[in-house]
Parts: sequence; structure tokens; C-alpha cells
Amino acid sequence: MIAWLRMRGLVGKEIRQILRDPSAILIAFLLPVVLLVVNGFGISLDAGHMRVAVVAAAPEEVVRGLIQSLAASPYLDPRRMPDVRTAEAALADGSVLGILVLREDFIQRLQNSHRWPAQAQLIAKGTDPNSARILEGYVGGALTTWAEDRGTERRTLLPGGISLQFRYWFNPALRSADAIVPGVIALVMTMTGTLLTALVVAREWERGTMESMLASPATMVEIVTAKLGTYFVLGMASMAMSILLSILLFDLPFRGGLLPLTAAGALFLLFTLGLGLFISTLARNQFVAAQIAFITTMLPCMMLSGMLFDIASMPHWLQIVTFAVPARYLVSILQTLALAGNVWAVLLPNLLCLAMAAVVAIGATLAVTRRRLD
Amino acid sequence: MLGRILALIVKELMGLWKDRKTRFVILIPPLVQVLVFAYAATYDVKNVPLGIWNEDGGAQAAELVRRFAGSPAFLPAALIESPAEARRALDSRRVAAVLHIPERFSADILARRPAAVQLLIDGRRSNTALLVNGYATTILADAAENLGVAQTPPIVLQVRDWFNPTLESQWFILPGLVAVLSLLMAMLVSALSLARERELGTFEQLLVTPLQPFEILVGKAVPGMVVGFINANIVVLAALFWFRVPLQGSLPLLESMLLLYMVTGGAIGLVISSLTATQQQAMLGVFVIASPMVVLSGYAAPVANMPAAAEIVGRLDPIRWMLVITRGIFLQDMAPALVLQTAVPIALVGFLVFLLAWVAVRRALR
Repeated sequence: MIAWLRMRGLVGKEIRQILRDPSAILIAFLLPVVLLVVNGFGISLDAGHMRVAVVAAAPEEVVRGLIQSLAASPYLDPRRMPDVRTAEAALADGSVLGILVLREDFIQRLQNSHRWPAQAQLIAKGTDPNSARILEGYVGGALTTWAEDRGTERRTLLPGGISLQFRYWFNPALRSADAIVPGVIALVMTMTGTLLTALVVAREWERGTMESMLASPATMVEIVTAKLGTYFVLGMASMAMSILLSILLFDLPFRGGLLPLTAAGALFLLFTLGLGLFISTLARNQFVAAQIAFITTMLPCMMLSGMLFDIASMPHWLQIVTFAVPARYLVSILQTLALAGNVWAVLLPNLLCLAMAAVVAIGATLAVTRRRLD
Repeated sequence: MLGRILALIVKELMGLWKDRKTRFVILIPPLVQVLVFAYAATYDVKNVPLGIWNEDGGAQAAELVRRFAGSPAFLPAALIESPAEARRALDSRRVAAVLHIPERFSADILARRPAAVQLLIDGRRSNTALLVNGYATTILADAAENLGVAQTPPIVLQVRDWFNPTLESQWFILPGLVAVLSLLMAMLVSALSLARERELGTFEQLLVTPLQPFEILVGKAVPGMVVGFINANIVVLAALFWFRVPLQGSLPLLESMLLLYMVTGGAIGLVISSLTATQQQAMLGVFVIASPMVVLSGYAAPVANMPAAAEIVGRLDPIRWMLVITRGIFLQDMAPALVLQTAVPIALVGFLVFLLAWVAVRRALR
């Protein structure tokens, strides 16, 4: 079915085409660098420097101590404001994220343990719900620390209580980069893989060179194999570069083995390349192909793969949809390989799903191309 | 001159509308994105699979387990009996957290000694882990009160969340999507416009028409703006009527800001278009420019979390300012003066970029 001489010719043609218009090389090597650097540094869910206004009716040295305590937290940037109205204006124009208000009786109640708890108010800007929640946590924590430092905590006088200890496995410091960077690698592979073939082949259709290739003695299988093979090599090189970069730039710990990594990368790449071919065959127009590629690959990879948002928290129907998003399996594999190691209980089922996705994508391409010929 | 520009705009729009597939990809993707983004993009955590490792047979421990199981945040997924089992369950992602109640827990509570429980959390998903921490603390504080062992804390913090009292993620995501989606579409359509003519060789034909470079630019930018504007309004409609996001501010103000913003988006697309020779390069240009713009804008993660350098570069990003405007008008009835002030960088960037495109096209003409 496959004639090696013709294959050599076809692969040679693909390579020459890549070398002539550098955009394929740019997609494979420039795009990953841009995406990794920008996403790796830019998407940080670790909060830092949230500006919070402090309006306190209390003696000067108490307020100064409180502000120092708040500022000691690496996440808070407190600034004193004379009254609530000024602070509310600052909240509205976005110069602070929250307002901590201590009323007149706060200090008196704090100093007398019979009148505990003293009430502090926090007004948080709810336009960004995630930041508001995180702000609440940090301000609460800083206030408790402050109260302890002032010696107002009298644990011994009170009975029992339950304490809760947290241990974060795999990522003790909870660096969000460690969770996000594996996702970004998946995103990079999705985009390079699909764009490489979606755009390149759509262009062949648009310019009519696909027809001339089909008119040649080369069979459909040979043409598809030559394209897949060539871009596969390019895509694997691009993936290797992305992983090296994320280890060098973001100190991504890599605790897994090279074998499962290569297997996952290869299977996923076969899927995205196949999908790209499929899209371009259907679209035959670069604009349409790019749009469909965007909708079917990049978007699901960002939103539905579990890279940024927790799948278990989504509505039920959407959770079912995520099973059809191969990036989900890749993200799961990469997060596990990066942070946990070779956990075969996670790796095997996910690898299997990736393999199925690859078979479906390539099979669909062959079927569609054959039909399109008639 | 106006007549000529108009003719070019009509020709461009017809080119987009005539092709069934193109029509499809201009209108359907925004709808898909609205659905996917609005339902998927939630930072709330629900149904976290929880492993329960209860070494204590007492009633107090059972009460604590009941409270965790009854919370919407957690979903009991496994009963665990040993450290090895806890490790296996976390490793294999069968559970995202394990609640460990040690043997002495009930006895400690009864004896009024300080009791401790442990929560092992999968740190692979750091944001979830952080929120799980918060939920667990709340559940435990309630339980302590109920078991009669709560200490009176010296301070309680009462929180009020302004503009979004129940902290709905969708109220945050959808106004943001108005800004992101419309700009991407405007950029993409106008970036491909000149590049397509070049690639297909019709650019020369355009040059022998009486159209001036400026007119060509305007004529090529407007279709992108129109498509972007329509997309923005699809999202606005969905936000208002499907997701019931409140619109506190004025709609005309929002729409006029969107128009200004679309001019900037179209201009950025034109610059990309005038510097590239093929559609493929143009599209690559859009991806390479747009992804940093989206990330640095604070759409997914707050600007304040970014390293200082990224934050400063981000000030050039029109999406960043538009996000402030759309979220501001939707949720907090932002003052018009403040809106205009925020729009200044958008207008400036748009103007400079348009000049750049003009220079580039004039050069291409010679």
C-alpha cells in the first residue's frame, strides 16, 4: 500500500515546503516560547500585593501596629485612609481591593476578653470573586496574628477547641505555577499540533495544490502519512523544547519518567495533527480552518482540561463533555509526571484514552479525504 | 471619498457574508465560547472528592464526618483505613483530599483537651487546594461550636462583598468575555483582510483603483470592527438575558466604549496584516500578539499577581483597560468620568497603531 520511493518524495516535498515558508517553523518554535513565557509568568493564581484600605478609629500606635502586621503579610499592601467615604471612592475606582473598618468600640472589646469577639468589617470588591475570597482569608489571618502578638490570645483559659492541620501533597508550597505550567505545555502542544496541519493543509486546498497531489500516483494513505510524519517530527521537537524551557524557566520539578512522557506526547501529537488535517480537509479555507481549530482545540484545552478550572465543580453535562477533550487526559498525565511521578494508576487509563483519540482523529481524516475525492 | 470607502466596506462585508462557512465561523464560535466559558470558568469549588479516614469510632467523629459529607463543597468518595491507602487514593486522583480523624479525637473532645484533625490535600491543583482549605476551616469552626468546644475568638471578621454580594463567578467572567472575544474577532478579521488580497494577488488590483491608502485602511478595518462589535453584543445579550448578570451602568456608555475599542482592535489587526505576506503568517501574528494580550490583561488571573515587569508591559494592553470598563459598567455603575479616563490608553494605543498601519501600507504601495 505504501511505496517507499514515493513516500521519500512526499516527505522531501513537505520538508522543502517547511523550509521555504518559515511560518511552520515559527509555529513549532516561536509560538511555544511566547506561550510558555507569557502564560507561565502571567497566569499566577498566587495572590500578591492586594491593596487594602484601613479605616480605624483607634489610638495612633495601635493603628500603626496593625498596619505593620498587615504589611508583614507578603500578600497585603495596606494603606491608611481617614474615613470610610474616601476608602469607598478608592474601592470604586479600583485603587484598593478591600476596606478594613475598625469601629470605635473595637479596641475596647479586644482588650476585655469578656466582651470578645471584637468585630472588624471587611468590605471586599466582589467584581473579582476569586481575589475577594483570597483577600478575606489573608486579612483574617493577619488580624489573628496581630491579636496574638498583642497577647490577647488566651488559649489556656479556654477549653479544648479543634485545630485543623493541612498538608499539601506534591506541592507543599502550593505554587500555582507548578499546577499551571503542565497545563501550558498541553496548551502549547494543542496549538502547535493543530495549527501546523490545519493551516498548512487548508492552504494546499485553497491554492489547489492538494488536487494536483491527489492526481499524482501517490495514494491517500501515503499523502496523509507523509504529512503526519513530517509534522510529527517537528511537533515532538517543539514539545521537547517546551518541557526543557519549563524546567529551566519555572523550576518545574519533573518527577516522572521519560518513557510515559514521550508516549503521552506522541499520542497527543498524533491526535492534534490528525484533527488539524481533518479540520483543514473539511474547511479548505485558512480563515475557517483557523477559527475551527481555535474553537475545537485551544479553547477546550484552556477551559475544559482541568488546567485552570476544576472539572468536578462544573455542571454535570459539561463534565461529560470534558471526556471528549483529549487535552484533559494530557493535562492529568503531565501534572502527575511533573509533581507526583510515575503513578501508573493515573497514567495508563489516560494514555489509553489518548490512543483512542489519536485513532479516531486519523481515521476520520482518512475517511473524509477519501469521500471528498469522489 | 466617503462613497469609495463605503463601497470597499460593502465589498468586504459581502465577502465575509457570502461564504456559508465563513458566516458560520463568525457567528457560532462566540455562542459556543459564551456557553463554555460561563459554565466552565468557575473558581468556586463543588463536589471535591473526599476520602474519609476515620480512626475514631466515637459520636463526635461521626458528627464531623457528617458535616463534611453534607457540605456541597465535598463529596465523600472513598473510605480509607491506612496511610498507604490514603497515599494511593491521592496519587491516583481518586480523591482530592483526605480527612484524617485520629483515634483520640472523640476522647479529646469529651475531656475538653485540644483535639486535632488532619486534612491531606492534593496540591497538583493549587487553586482548588486553597479553596478546600477555606471550606474545611469553616466546617470545622461550625462543628466546634456545635460540639460545645468552640473558643471565643478575640476577633471576628465580617465580610461584605460589594458589587457581587454572592461572589458569582459568571458575573466576573462574562463582562470580561465581552472585551476579550470582540477584540480577538476584530483583530483576526482585519488581520486576514490585506494578507488575503496579497496572497491571492488581488492586492495589485486594489492598488489600481482610485482608492487612497487611507481609504483602503479604513475600508479594511471596518469589517473587522463590525464583526467584533456584533460578537461583543452577542455576549452582552447572553450575559443579560441568559445568565442574568446585572447591568448597573448605562448601556449607551458601554456600547460607545465598545465602538472605540473596536477601532483599536481593527487597527492592531491591520498592522499585523500590512506586515505579513500570507494569511498563515497573519494568523500566526494574531496568535502571537493576542495570547500575551489576553494573559496580561488580567482576564484569567488578576493583574496584581503578575511580576512587576509584566504588569508594566500590560499597561499598553487595550484589553486590560476595557476589562476595567466592562466589569465596571456591568457591576458597579462606574462613573462616566472614570470610564472616559480609563478609555484614554485604549484610544491612544488605537491611534498610534493606526498610524503605524498607515505608514506600513504606504510603504507597501511604493
